[in-house]
Amino acid sequence: MNRRKLIEERFFKLLSSIASYSLIAILAFIIVIIFVKGFHALTFDMVIKAPKGGFYYGGEGGVLNAILGSLYIAGGASIIAIGIGMPAALYINVNLVRHHALQNTIRYFLDALWGIPSIVYGAFGFTLMLYLGMNASLLAGIITVALLITPIMIRTFDEVLCTIPKGLLESSLALGSTNTETAFRVMFKQGFSGFITAILLAFGRGIGDAASVLFTAGYTDLIPVNLDEPAATLPLSIFFQLSSPIPEVRERAFASAAILTLIILVISLTARALSKKYSKSNLQ
Amino acid sequence: MFTDVEMCEKPDVVSTPYGSTSILRIRNLNVFTEDHHILKDINLDIPKNKITVLLGPSGCGKTTLLKCMNKLTDLYQELKVSGNIFIDEDDVLHSNSNIPAIRQKMGLLSQRPYPLPMSIFKNVAYGIKLQGVKNKSLIAETVERNLREVGLWEEVKDRLHSPGASLSIGQQQRLCLARGLAVKPWIILADEPTSALDPISSKIIEDLFRNLKQKYTIILVTHILRQAVRLADHVVFMNFGEIIEQGKPMELFKNPSTKQLKEYLVDGN
Repeated sequence: MNRRKLIEERFFKLLSSIASYSLIAILAFIIVIIFVKGFHALTFDMVIKAPKGGFYYGGEGGVLNAILGSLYIAGGASIIAIGIGMPAALYINVNLVRHHALQNTIRYFLDALWGIPSIVYGAFGFTLMLYLGMNASLLAGIITVALLITPIMIRTFDEVLCTIPKGLLESSLALGSTNTETAFRVMFKQGFSGFITAILLAFGRGIGDAASVLFTAGYTDLIPVNLDEPAATLPLSIFFQLSSPIPEVRERAFASAAILTLIILVISLTARALSKKYSKSNLQ
Repeated sequence: MFTDVEMCEKPDVVSTPYGSTSILRIRNLNVFTEDHHILKDINLDIPKNKITVLLGPSGCGKTTLLKCMNKLTDLYQELKVSGNIFIDEDDVLHSNSNIPAIRQKMGLLSQRPYPLPMSIFKNVAYGIKLQGVKNKSLIAETVERNLREVGLWEEVKDRLHSPGASLSIGQQQRLCLARGLAVKPWIILADEPTSALDPISSKIIEDLFRNLKQKYTIILVTHILRQAVRLADHVVFMNFGEIIEQGKPMELFKNPSTKQLKEYLVDGN
């Protein structure tokens, strides 16, 4: 290797490694800041108790209402997103395999929906809610977040299905499968690891979003037991606590952020482990 | 104007020079893309229980012809197909035909194996289950019989529940053959099935074809002249989307009547 190529090689290697490691450093920095700032407030009570009287002035209690509210909303929205997203992605890749223009149009619209800011979904959900005569509730939050995360779910799964060789589709059809059998028995299984990733991304976006639930899910110190009751969420809980002038309450905001981060990390690691397991064994 | 065939001709029963009737009859088949005429007026009778080799240089339309036979051309937007392909009384290209049922009459072996994302056992059982068979012992028996037929049983009998993709590529190709045979096809469509295999695995597949032709009709696409010589009962030489010559291999290869085949034979040797 001549000198010029050697310098070029070293320069780009250094540049790439700085770019890669800086991302890890940023993530580590965020986590450290959150945990350090919220460390003192991160008590067991925070995760097992709902806010008591005067919680937002430094009184007793925790954010169980927001933890459960977030899990309910993100979980419910993810179930709806799976119900719509999985068949939609399979339809695009199996039934529309010879309709490239239509495939591209659908993908374009999904990408546009992905890019719409979540506050717009919140406003749309709010309008829908008023039109249907609903109050701010768990159900309204679930529907709005489902609208937000379904395009993410479809496009992520779709991208994985796109990478499956056409030969597999042909092999399945050649055995006499219908399109539906091919989609659900072959393509879905082949793309299962991507499906897990899609759920993870959609759930992560859903649980971490504040704007879409601001008008639709409402906020309450109570733990919702029905779909028509308002529900607190962790992002809003963080927002309200962080707006407080009281240092103890702001500390709790960081503790809540740490809890949200931990939930996302646990779900992410579980999903990755599942995804790895299934892609390794290629489903038995 | 195209795939939705203009009219459905009645299949004519044709005897072949091999003392058997033709199992598949292709009439006036044309395949176009927007700017290319891929297959030009193909008329062909495939003799039953023989190995018909579609021979020709790369890009001459062999694979497209094979894909027309089980209507996999449906998956390609750019292909416009016209003509008729009769198997039994069914016209494959006729849009009202029951395509999954017709496809089950033709097992497909691709250039490289595509095991389904499931176990070895389930790969072979897949097609039978699609046919509605639920009896577990019947399924197990069919799986074993077909794995034995392709000489894979002894190699996999202790790991039937391992993923199909865990096999070597040669074994995967035999698994795909067993999977295709399990649905009791009439015809095996083999699209350069040995092109991704090592010489030993290729020989196993070729030996299998020789045995399988007792029960099945095999249509083999290849551009390897020697493979055609080794396996063919009937050779169809194609070039630029046309059938140039066809006949028994020894007659065709010894006395080619067209310049194109002569040149191909010279280059192939």
